[in-house]
Amino acid sequence: MKSKSLVSISDYTKEEYLKILNLAAEFEANPVQEILKGFVVATLFFEPSTRTRLSFESAVNRLGGRILGFSDAGTTSSTKGETLRDTILTVSNYADLIVMRHPVEGGARFASEISPVPIVNAGDGANQHPSQTLLDLYSIRKTQGRLDNLNIFMIGDLKYGRTVHSLLQALSHFNTTFYFISPDELKMPDEYKMFLDNLGLKYYEYKEFTDIVDKADIIYMTRVQKERFSDPIEYEKTKNAYVLRANMLENTKPKMKVLHPLPRVNEIHLDVDDHESAYYFEQAQNGVYTRQAIISSILGVK
Amino acid sequence: MKDKKQLVVSAIKDGTVIDHIPANDLFKVISILGLDHIDNYITFGTNLESKKLGKKAIIKISYVFFRNEDINKIALVAPDAKLNVIKDYKVVEKKVVEVPDEIIGIARCVNPMCITNKENVTTKFQVVNKKTVSLECHYCEKITDKANLVIIKG
Ligand SMILES: [Zn+2]
Repeated sequence: MKSKSLVSISDYTKEEYLKILNLAAEFEANPVQEILKGFVVATLFFEPSTRTRLSFESAVNRLGGRILGFSDAGTTSSTKGETLRDTILTVSNYADLIVMRHPVEGGARFASEISPVPIVNAGDGANQHPSQTLLDLYSIRKTQGRLDNLNIFMIGDLKYGRTVHSLLQALSHFNTTFYFISPDELKMPDEYKMFLDNLGLKYYEYKEFTDIVDKADIIYMTRVQKERFSDPIEYEKTKNAYVLRANMLENTKPKMKVLHPLPRVNEIHLDVDDHESAYYFEQAQNGVYTRQAIISSILGVK
Repeated sequence: MKDKKQLVVSAIKDGTVIDHIPANDLFKVISILGLDHIDNYITFGTNLESKKLGKKAIIKISYVFFRNEDINKIALVAPDAKLNVIKDYKVVEKKVVEVPDEIIGIARCVNPMCITNKENVTTKFQVVNKKTVSLECHYCEKITDKANLVIIKG
């Protein structure tokens, strides 16, 4: 694969997704390799996201690369008014690849246009977080043995949920049937439904899922956040409909798995953790292999 | 009807006439084409009756001839605009505007959290729907549609 930035999930073709997933499987089998010896990766976290940063740093460390960077904007010159442009042009002198998280949407795309070294977007505001999407694909393929023709349930906040939007885009290559389960206020936006319509892909919309849960191959949970509701009474009435409990999973397919981008608040009850379909912590583990695959592929060592 | 128009906005010898501009968007067209920064003789009429647009505007600019890529920029606000190229009081060429595939500069992204609204970055959009004039931001990937289109002052 030629060396290029990963800013948006749509930067990669289906073949490139599959190449990353195959590489991630190689890293899962053999996670400690010295293939990044001599490389420096910068992790620039202009807003804190400890989980994502640690996952990237673990990926680089296990491959023998060195890390530099910062973990929140309070420790950087951006609090002194330095522009993103100047920070990127400076740091690109110190590193072979920049992993960045920035609260401004499109910040990573802009960085990729001015930076002489590749950029990996680890989240730009509410926009894109492509390594999350690739690790979701990896988790789905690993647990189901395939990506094609699956029934994917997306539950919770489908309006603002960046992860479900990117995952939808990526899965559209694999003849997925989507089940969107959300309160009215947080329905999947029309632009994504039109996107599926144009591709001739099937989707169904429900407000609850107990009657249909037996169809699911994957349940992808997202947080329903109180601040997303214009009417607090509506939030109180609906929040419990979107909490997953173990007793809801009695009639599910044997291979069905529950995914969640983490961190969760209360949308997956603790009693699901002991259920065989709980997969969200392994999903986080898969994030390290997927990020090893992304970085080593972009740096051209795999 | 034709005579009446002649009375409102007098004829030019050489230059360009832009007709069928929605009256409400006249000043946006002036801004997009940078007509507020040139010294040429310009006349315009607005709130003229139009069967198609309700109220329309017309601009006549002496000794200015536009390149297609420049004139297509006004398609964002005046997709029905028609141009007459005038030489020696005669129409020598008629042009219609065409919505381009990509818009660079000109429009502001509707998303306040977009990098183009935070730092000195030129806006760039893919036109995802030419009929409704729907613009997808190259940076934040959000849609700016005609209803919330803001033209960047030249
Ligand atoms: Zn934007």
